[in-house]
Amino acid sequence: MIEALSGEGSFVCLRISTGREVKSLMPFFKVENLAISFGGLRALNDISFEIAQGEIYAIIGPNGAGKTTLFNCINGIYRPDRGKVWFKGEPVLGKKPDRVARMGIARTFQNIELFNNMNTMDNIMLGRHLYLKTGLFHGAFMWGRRSFAGKEEIRHRRKVEEIIDLLDLHAVRDKFVGGLPYGTQKVIELGRALALEPELLLLDEPCAGMNSEEKQDMIFWIKDIQDELGVTILLIEHDMNMVMDISDRILAINFGSPITEGTPEDVRKHPDVLKAYLGEEEDIGYAA
Amino acid sequence: MDMKRNYYEDVQLFRSGVVVFWFVLFMAALAVFPLVAKNYYVYVVNYICINIIVVLGLNILVGYTGQISLGHAGFFAIGAYGTIILMTKAHLPFIIALPLGGLVAAVFGFLVGIPALRLEGPYLAIATLGFGLTVTQVIGRTDFFGGRQGLHAPPLTIGPWHLNTDKEFYYLLITLTVLLTLAARNLIKTKVGRAFIAIRDADIAAETMGVNLVFYKTLAFAVSAFYAGVGGGLYAFVLRFIEPEVFNLFMSVMFLAMVVVGGLGSIMGSIAGATLLAWLDLQLRNIVAIPYLGEWLETFSKTYMTLTGMSNIQFIVFGLIMVLIMVFEPLGIFGMWIRTKIYWKTWPF
Repeated sequence: MIEALSGEGSFVCLRISTGREVKSLMPFFKVENLAISFGGLRALNDISFEIAQGEIYAIIGPNGAGKTTLFNCINGIYRPDRGKVWFKGEPVLGKKPDRVARMGIARTFQNIELFNNMNTMDNIMLGRHLYLKTGLFHGAFMWGRRSFAGKEEIRHRRKVEEIIDLLDLHAVRDKFVGGLPYGTQKVIELGRALALEPELLLLDEPCAGMNSEEKQDMIFWIKDIQDELGVTILLIEHDMNMVMDISDRILAINFGSPITEGTPEDVRKHPDVLKAYLGEEEDIGYAA
Repeated sequence: MDMKRNYYEDVQLFRSGVVVFWFVLFMAALAVFPLVAKNYYVYVVNYICINIIVVLGLNILVGYTGQISLGHAGFFAIGAYGTIILMTKAHLPFIIALPLGGLVAAVFGFLVGIPALRLEGPYLAIATLGFGLTVTQVIGRTDFFGGRQGLHAPPLTIGPWHLNTDKEFYYLLITLTVLLTLAARNLIKTKVGRAFIAIRDADIAAETMGVNLVFYKTLAFAVSAFYAGVGGGLYAFVLRFIEPEVFNLFMSVMFLAMVVVGGLGSIMGSIAGATLLAWLDLQLRNIVAIPYLGEWLETFSKTYMTLTGMSNIQFIVFGLIMVLIMVFEPLGIFGMWIRTKIYWKTWPF
């Protein structure tokens, strides 16, 4: 049994296995003093935050604030200069992206990174990569539905079909994703990440470029994923209404440095956040 | 939605009885072919089969994984020499020596794949080109491999069968070609093939989904080299005699041309491309035999080019066909096939 007990903050997470031993007092996910610079540019500067299991945690900030860079650091695409990242008590940094995926962290991309020459089914099937046991030889000798590779394909395609059901992608199941509308591609990316059965899902602007109807659907699914699948979600988003609507807690950053952290209400009212988004009120000399 | 969806359908080889019918008919035709055809045509089909095997492997690397290799003649040579040496020096039977020869090539493929992890596009092309050239140089200067004199293929026996004529060898080649085609096709439809395609389309996304880039890129090289190695091992018995000069740069380029002309990232395209170019390669050597046109070409060549100019013309025609295919259908023969299919689906509208 794994239980999440809330401490003073909502983020102290205690994992108890069958009441016998307290396995770890570490929070579910923790970023500590993360910093990275590209040449002279400080892209991230002392970013720290913690996420409790089952939470939706959002990171907001103006363009170029370093949000996607943060994701790339967590994923292992970039090597940060300093800092630590912990997931379920294990260090994340220094691992290659495929190792990070193996830990149970999946992500989507801001600029869609789908496999354009595969259909929707196969794209999501790639999310099952870590679960499929078909190797080179079993794959090459797939002689029928009763063969090892055949059984694996059937088993995992059934799983993928559940995701297609959940995300309402039946209409595009066998279509190549390259030619599909932008909003649909975003949903397929979400599906692919879900196929990994992640415990932590990193969503990089899931609603960017969507119309309001698609946005509503996406918000609904994200909540669904949190509620029903119990996935913890770390989210980057520009759409303030959406962020305020679904996030449990928010971290605002600007120019790579944290501004404030807290509940949506707190963050919304914080003067520095307003300043970062709306600009500063300048004292213009001749104003009446 | 039908609730009893059959998920195997997605990866099934034969989706309908019609396809099975045509496949069986095609196989039957292949089985009867040497009984009715002249020896030369059997030799042509053998030559085509070997090209198909190599091109399938090269397409896995170039078409599906998005890496490039200009050194496939090197793997081809390693397979050919490996198989013969394992048979003559280690006295292994052909049936073991051939896959072992392929595996030796695969090991070299793996080794070439390691630097390929850091190289892309033109850089990788030059690195593999260097490999291909090195292989023939090393073989040509080592007495153990027969040096410049080359090696003779030993007589070929599998169990009770002696396969020493083109017609006898034909059945072995067809069987292996069909098996290796099915294997390549299955590979592409399952986990490993999906990982290959994912690396080609979006490598960072593939990595964050758990695909180990180092493993799968080197694996693509190894699989591709294995196919080339097996092709080489078989080619040694078609030629009966191998020497280093056979496995030159032109051969590597031809393999790549077959992949591109057939269609990048397509199994059927690999077969079509290898068949067309290998056939043209052989046919255009007798270009004079073509009625009227052959004569005219010969006079043209002798008047405006060198006196022995037939070989000029044959390469010019060859090149012209390749250029035309690329100009009119960048997706190669496979692209034409898809277009025709779509056209007839909506015909006559």
